[in-house]
Formats: sequence, structure tokens, C-alpha cells
Amino acid sequence: MSAKKQADRESHGSFEQALKRLEDIVDQLESGTVPLDEVLKIYEEGVNLSKRCLAELSQAELRIKKMQKDAKGHFEILDGAGDE
Amino acid sequence: MPDRNSPILSVSEITRQIKGTLEEGFSNVAVQGEISNFHRHSSGHLYFTLKDERSQIQAVMWRSRAQSLFFTPQEGMKAIARGSITVYEVRGNYQLDVALLQPMGVGELQLAFERLKQKLAAEGLFDEDHKRPLPQYPVRIGIVTSPTGAAIHDIINVIRRRFPSVELVLIPVKVQGTGAAEEIATAIGDLNSLGGIDLMIVGRGGGSLEDLWAFNEEIVARAIYASAIPVVSAVGHEIDFTIADFVADLRAPTPSAAAELVVPDRADIIELLRNFCYTAHRIVEHRLSTDRKAIANLLRSYSFNRPADILRQHLQHLDELQASMEHALSHKVELTRQAVQSLQKRIESVHPRRILDRGYSLVRRDGRIVSRVKFLHPKDDIEIEMSDGRTSAQIEG
Repeated sequence: MSAKKQADRESHGSFEQALKRLEDIVDQLESGTVPLDEVLKIYEEGVNLSKRCLAELSQAELRIKKMQKDAKGHFEILDGAGDE
Repeated sequence: MPDRNSPILSVSEITRQIKGTLEEGFSNVAVQGEISNFHRHSSGHLYFTLKDERSQIQAVMWRSRAQSLFFTPQEGMKAIARGSITVYEVRGNYQLDVALLQPMGVGELQLAFERLKQKLAAEGLFDEDHKRPLPQYPVRIGIVTSPTGAAIHDIINVIRRRFPSVELVLIPVKVQGTGAAEEIATAIGDLNSLGGIDLMIVGRGGGSLEDLWAFNEEIVARAIYASAIPVVSAVGHEIDFTIADFVADLRAPTPSAAAELVVPDRADIIELLRNFCYTAHRIVEHRLSTDRKAIANLLRSYSFNRPADILRQHLQHLDELQASMEHALSHKVELTRQAVQSLQKRIESVHPRRILDRGYSLVRRDGRIVSRVKFLHPKDDIEIEMSDGRTSAQIEG
């Protein structure tokens, strides 16, 4: 995956990564071996992360693109399904 | 015996005459036979042979007419070809110019389906090991279907409702008729070239076996198999399985079902996030209260209280010292007091008054004690003190 695509993906906020991180945080919190200042730090991180995800989910609008090939075989990405 | 009077014709002339006779006599025929040597030329024209047990006839189907063909003719498929006989003068042979080609009944399509299914299964195109898992949270989803069909609308509606945090990239294709299979196969390849697509849905709404046939074509099956991106097939209405369904990484019974399968429900994720907040909060609360208890226990513990205990003991010792010191001091004072008292008694015991008490008297003249008679003279006024008081007297003259 190219750097650009990677960045693009992260800017979308990958739920996979976010939820994975939240699971990690709960595991760490549950383990009870984390020092208290770290507990408070990761707890805050988790709360912020879940808030961000919730906001993203509630605000998200489906993006629809249409891909076409021009005569030379180059791809062209247009907004919308075109025939809606 | 040949007739020596027959007119002599050129090759072109005789060919032209044959052409005229044949094309006039067989201008509208329907021929049934088995397809063999099928070949699609790059020009789009189709060439094949129709044969039965004893004979065969060359057939051609021009590109413009091949447009109406919904299936790719297969080797051994029994078909009915309608058209006319034409003569190809350059080579001097005749052929069937096919206007309409139909499989000989639905049974023929089903046979074709079974033949292809067996062939591809034998090649391992349906193997479970080749099937890739779908990403749980896709970001970009490719869709290969008709831009005007019900399928795209169903997919958009379901995804918009369930999980709108994705991008759909539609590649519009024909989903039935000639060339549909080729367009679908090309689109699958194009989505792979485009990159950044997490999975794709390939499909269309329901229809007859003929309508769905593009999804039973080998070229589509091979494109799905070759796709590096996981493919979800979504063809027709539930009952019909297509070849595409067998090759796809996941088969959905309808386009709506495919949309349901490829994205999570955002309500579930919201629930998951809320759950996280609740669980994390509970853990942290519990941790804090446990820590608080631990600190309280520590404060109460023997070792933690040892220094205070030592201090208290010192204080007590100090009090005791102070008390005994005070005690010692007051004892000393008492002894001293008693000594003083005894001295006082002794002093008092030698006081002149004690002598007077025993009957002695003191004689004073002019306030001074006279201790010898010889110091007295006649007519001296004296004062005599006895134990109960004083009195005056005069010495006789």
C-alpha cells in the first residue's frame, strides 16, 4: 500500500484500528499491572478515541463515486453513481 | 457422360450462379446442431461449426447480430441457428449466416452450466482455501453492476443505513446480453488496477436464467478467481446459484444481502463504543477505589504506624521522667521543710520565753537586760518580765 493510500485510509479513521486499540486499552486496564498514571492516560486516550469514532459514525455521509475508463484506458473517478 | 455442349463458365461465373441459387433457395432456415470449433474473432464476429452425427456446416455470426447473444456458445452445446445460407465467393464455400442463435431449450444452458462448473471445480477455482476473508471494516468498496439496475440502489440504501463511513466506487457495466460477461470481467480487473479497494460486490438483481447468464460465463469466473480483492457475488434472487457464486469469496443471495454482509451495522459499533466507555470507566473506578483502600490499609498497618508508636512511647517515657522528677523534687522539699521545722523547734526551745515559763524572770533597766545584781543601784526603776507579762519595780534605797 502506498504512503498516500495509507494516509488516506488513516484520515478516514479506520474503525478496525480504533476498535483494536480500544480492545488493547481495556485489556491493559483489566490486567491491573499498569501503573496508575498510565491507567489514567490510556483511559483518557480510550475515551477520546471512542468519542471521535462516535462523532464520525453519526456524521458520516456515504460517498459514492463512479469509475469510468476513457478511450485511452485511463481511469476517471466521478462523483455520484451517475444514474440516481 | 458429361454434356459436351454445356457452356463454359469462369470460376467466378459458376460461383456467382451457385451463390444465387443457394442464397435464394435457403434464405430463411433454422438449423439445429451441436456447436464446435467456436471462435470469437477480435473483430467481434463469431465463427463456429454446427454438426450432427454425419454432417457439418460452417457458421458465422456477425458482430452486430452477436450483440443479441446472451451466452457464450460452448463446445458441444446443442443450439438452433436461424439465418440464411451465404456463399463466400473468395473461397468458394458456403456457410450459415446466423441471425439468431438459441440454446436448444433451457436444458442445454443447464448442461453448459454443469459442464463449466465441473471443469472449473476440477481446476480448483471453487476451493475453500482460495477464498479470502472479508475485511471487517472496509473503507472503499467496489461495485460492479449496472448503473440503472435495482441492485445499485439496493446496495446504496443498505450501506447508507448501516455504515455510511465508506466510499463506494461503482464501475458501471452491462449485466446481460452480449459482451456483458466481458465487461464484468474487465471491470473486476480494473478495480484491482485502481487499488485501495477493500472488497467488491459483483452482481445484479434477479432475472431469468438467460438474464443471469453473464454470471455463468467462464471469463467472469476466471476474473473473480484472479482478483486480489475479495469478491462478494450478489446475483439474482436467492434460489439461483451462478458460477460466479461458486468462485466468489462470499456468495450473497441478493445485492441487498451483499451490502448487509460487507459492512457492519453502525448501531453495533456505537453499542461497542459505549460498552467500551462503560467498561473502561468501571475498571478505572474500581482501580481507584482499590488503591484508596490499599492506602488506608497501609496507614493502619503495624509497620507504617511503628514510628508514631515509638514517638508515643518516648512521650510517655518523658511524662514518666517528668513525674518522677517532680516526685523527687517534692520529696526533697518535704525533707528540707522537716529539717527546718526541727531547727525551728530547737530554736524555739532555747527562746528566753521558755525560761520565763519555767519561772525565771528577766530584769530590764532602761530597756536593757540587767544580768548582775551588782549593776543595780538603789532607787533604780526596773522592769520585770515574767512568763505572763511585765511589771515595774524600784530598788530599795
